[in-house]
Amino acid sequence: MSMSEVIDKVSIQVTVNGRSYQREVEPRLLLVQLIREELGLTGTHIGCDVTYCGACTVLVDGNPVKSCTMLAVQADGQEILTVEGLEQDGELHPLQKAFSENHGLQCGYCTPGMLMSSMALLAENPDPGPDEIRKGISGNLCRCTGYNNIIKSIQAAAKEMAG
Amino acid sequence: MNRKSSDTPIEKTTLIGKRVRKPDAPDKATGKTRYINDMVLPQMLIGKILHAGRPHAEIVSIDVSAAEKLPGVHCVLTGKDAEGLRFGFVRDNVALKNRVRCEHDEIAAVAAETEEIADRAMALITVEYRDLPGVFTPEDGREKDAPQIHDDFPDNKSLHFEFRHGDLAAAEAASEIIVDNVFRVHHVTHCCMGTSCAIADFDSNGKLTIWSQTQYPYNYKMDLAPALGMHPGDIRVMQPPVGGAFGSKLDVYPYEPIAALLAKKTGRPVKVMFSREEEFRSSPTRQPAVIHMRTGCTRNGTLTFRSADVLLDNGAYTSWGPTIPVVMMRTTTGHYRVPVVHFNAQAIYTNNPYAGSFRGYGNVQTTYATAQQMDMLAEQLDMDPIDFHLKNAQQSGETTPQQAFLRECALDECLRTAAQASDYSAKHRRYTLAREQQGRYKKGIGLASSIHNAGGAKIHKSDGCGTILKVDDYARVTVITGASEIGQGIDAVINLIVAEELGIPLEHVTIVNDDSDIAPWDVGVHASRTTFIAGNGARRAAVKARQQILNAAARMTEIAAQDLDLRGGFVVREDCGTKVIKLEKLLRRMHFQPEPELVMVTDYYEPNSEPEGADHRSDHSAAYSHAVHVAEITVDTHTGEIRVDRITSAQDVGRVINRMGLEGQIEGGIAIGLGYALSEEMQLEKGMLKNPCFRDYKVLTAPEMPELDLHFIESNCAEGPYGAKGASELPTIVIAPAIANAVYNATGIRFFNPPLTPEKVARAIWDRQQTETGPSADR
Repeated sequence: MSMSEVIDKVSIQVTVNGRSYQREVEPRLLLVQLIREELGLTGTHIGCDVTYCGACTVLVDGNPVKSCTMLAVQADGQEILTVEGLEQDGELHPLQKAFSENHGLQCGYCTPGMLMSSMALLAENPDPGPDEIRKGISGNLCRCTGYNNIIKSIQAAAKEMAG
Repeated sequence: MNRKSSDTPIEKTTLIGKRVRKPDAPDKATGKTRYINDMVLPQMLIGKILHAGRPHAEIVSIDVSAAEKLPGVHCVLTGKDAEGLRFGFVRDNVALKNRVRCEHDEIAAVAAETEEIADRAMALITVEYRDLPGVFTPEDGREKDAPQIHDDFPDNKSLHFEFRHGDLAAAEAASEIIVDNVFRVHHVTHCCMGTSCAIADFDSNGKLTIWSQTQYPYNYKMDLAPALGMHPGDIRVMQPPVGGAFGSKLDVYPYEPIAALLAKKTGRPVKVMFSREEEFRSSPTRQPAVIHMRTGCTRNGTLTFRSADVLLDNGAYTSWGPTIPVVMMRTTTGHYRVPVVHFNAQAIYTNNPYAGSFRGYGNVQTTYATAQQMDMLAEQLDMDPIDFHLKNAQQSGETTPQQAFLRECALDECLRTAAQASDYSAKHRRYTLAREQQGRYKKGIGLASSIHNAGGAKIHKSDGCGTILKVDDYARVTVITGASEIGQGIDAVINLIVAEELGIPLEHVTIVNDDSDIAPWDVGVHASRTTFIAGNGARRAAVKARQQILNAAARMTEIAAQDLDLRGGFVVREDCGTKVIKLEKLLRRMHFQPEPELVMVTDYYEPNSEPEGADHRSDHSAAYSHAVHVAEITVDTHTGEIRVDRITSAQDVGRVINRMGLEGQIEGGIAIGLGYALSEEMQLEKGMLKNPCFRDYKVLTAPEMPELDLHFIESNCAEGPYGAKGASELPTIVIAPAIANAVYNATGIRFFNPPLTPEKVARAIWDRQQTETGPSADR
């Protein structure tokens, strides 16, 4: 492709963390690029570029999606939730609190993706057992923690959310 | 405030051993943390590197003219721009090469306005190579007619290490049992979740600021400077948050001087960041090794000697990897009481990727051999393995042949604790008997132990750490420390220690450690040293500040300083806890009195240890510690799959400082060790990496993590902060041999070459069945 070629931009509308955005984007723009570069939400991380590590996991209409392998145009008209949207009224989400208090993170690079996969897991199964949690985050790699404290964090959050 | 509650005495409490969260945890859990990978500076350009993509070649010609003309490209650099700027441990590396010695060799670099333009420019660079025959194993590299990789390193010889203690021939003659094996340990890589990244920027005075993921900022300046032809004093190192390090950031790698060379040439800040594929191909590995080990003992189970002849695949350049014999020999000589030891290691250049430092640093490799040979000897002796281990375990006060003085040695207690908690001996006997019986699934239990430095390691001229501590008018404390935070949690440890000494809330402590122009010297995060060294430094600084404050309080109140204490933000009476004055009020009085004083103290802590030295006979660490792991596994003899059911760990940690952080370090260390044992492997074919992605390079996921039973043995180290020892590497070190010993217990098959993948295990089981049933099965 030469530099002079003009790429037709596509108009999309997405709702991210409750705020509506209208953007003209190139069809090839990845959802993670839209989130990080266009909207400046750098809490969503890129770890592997190709779906395997889960650092870029976000919720699209409630479903966990690796945003590095979804095009922004595919998210047109949908609701996206990123780690920045978890805090409500200045209060950390129970999962965020639990990951902080239970040492569910060390370097923290995988944490936003872990949190979003955990959100999806708890939405589907509010009281998961340890093996269900392990399965629920099996698409997210962590190199620091050995996962144990992540599992404890999710259990603690589930307990708090159940009230 | 209610008068009554303000008069309530404050009881003495302690934070030592409590569960303290990382101060940066809330930011990391909300996406607020700005990692180096997220950073964008005004005017910043994107740097990209052209890698050779072949293992050994001459560069016949390189043409960058088309790339240079591409709009948006600011500069293109090639080998001629880095000529003579040699760097590295033996000065065998340059940032950009004129000759190819390994697949990822950096041939050209581009700085452009966007990543896309940089990628297009790279595609416009044409290079003509003349491929050369390569060397892909250290054995081949030693051959007489082997291709030479560096002109100035004849016979492909890189580093060599040797240590001899005692008469080996006599010890062998006195041995009634000798085990003799060759262990071949493989290439793995760190897999930091945040890929490698550097941002470089020059000011108009020629001073370089580099935002780096480094875990050793001060020596980093010294190591980076020659790659740029600069004075180290003209480099400022900034350390934004990183996505893991694990030893991988303990050296300078070519992308870092490349970012700086591009920045210098363009006059703009330049960011170089790896893709995951680039990370797999171009970042350092764990050092692979071929270890020929022999261990002997008498019929009554007393060790007589150990010898190790080690061949290291140096790869194309010399980073920290080939220096691991310094640690390998410490394990060979110090893992149990061995009276006679010979150790020899030679690193040979090859056209493979090269190794850096990686958590466990040489000890992972050596313990894979020593701990399996202990298991083999126990079997041949027909002795309960625990009795054999205990018989040879050192006690406090013993000195190893390399002169490591084991002041507080808890190996005995680690062995007893792990064995008892896992019911090791009974299970070991039961599974040994069961392995002859029919059945697809076989259970196994394996034990492994090791020794590691736990009070730093004086491999540099200094093993120290500087600390600056100030207490402001509001009793808020800033600790400026040389110690780097790379996710491991030294921030929480320092936070806890300072709050403990000054009697203030944890959240009133701020740690500054991200700017080499501000923070004082430290050797870096390595050798399980940071809690020990930086923790001691923080404590000593806090104690000085505490003394200054108590002395001032004593002058004002006429109560002796030793009768005062700092608790809950107050100066109180030591004996009853009655409040004397609010700390911040006292600090303001100190500040604004006729002879004003500020509380700001410095400390430089150099541990009480001896330099490693050329003869390797020194007490090179201020403390040593041991760990014992027991692995319980189930082997599917049809598929070869190993399920790790449970790990029992008993480790001498000296004293627990931050219990939660310690658990995290042990558990994370076990996970990295399990990957090494079971699944992780860089598949190299003639120097070319075949699996540069997480689909084909398998790191552990949550469902594979076993149940963990952690036991902390507190030996109370006299030199450590509050008695603590370093702890983070041992869990990675002992896990692989524990698994291998368990697999032997389950199947009767020894595995000398990790990882123990299903394919490898199934094949070994199949091969044995063929041999056992051999001729009759064929009929």
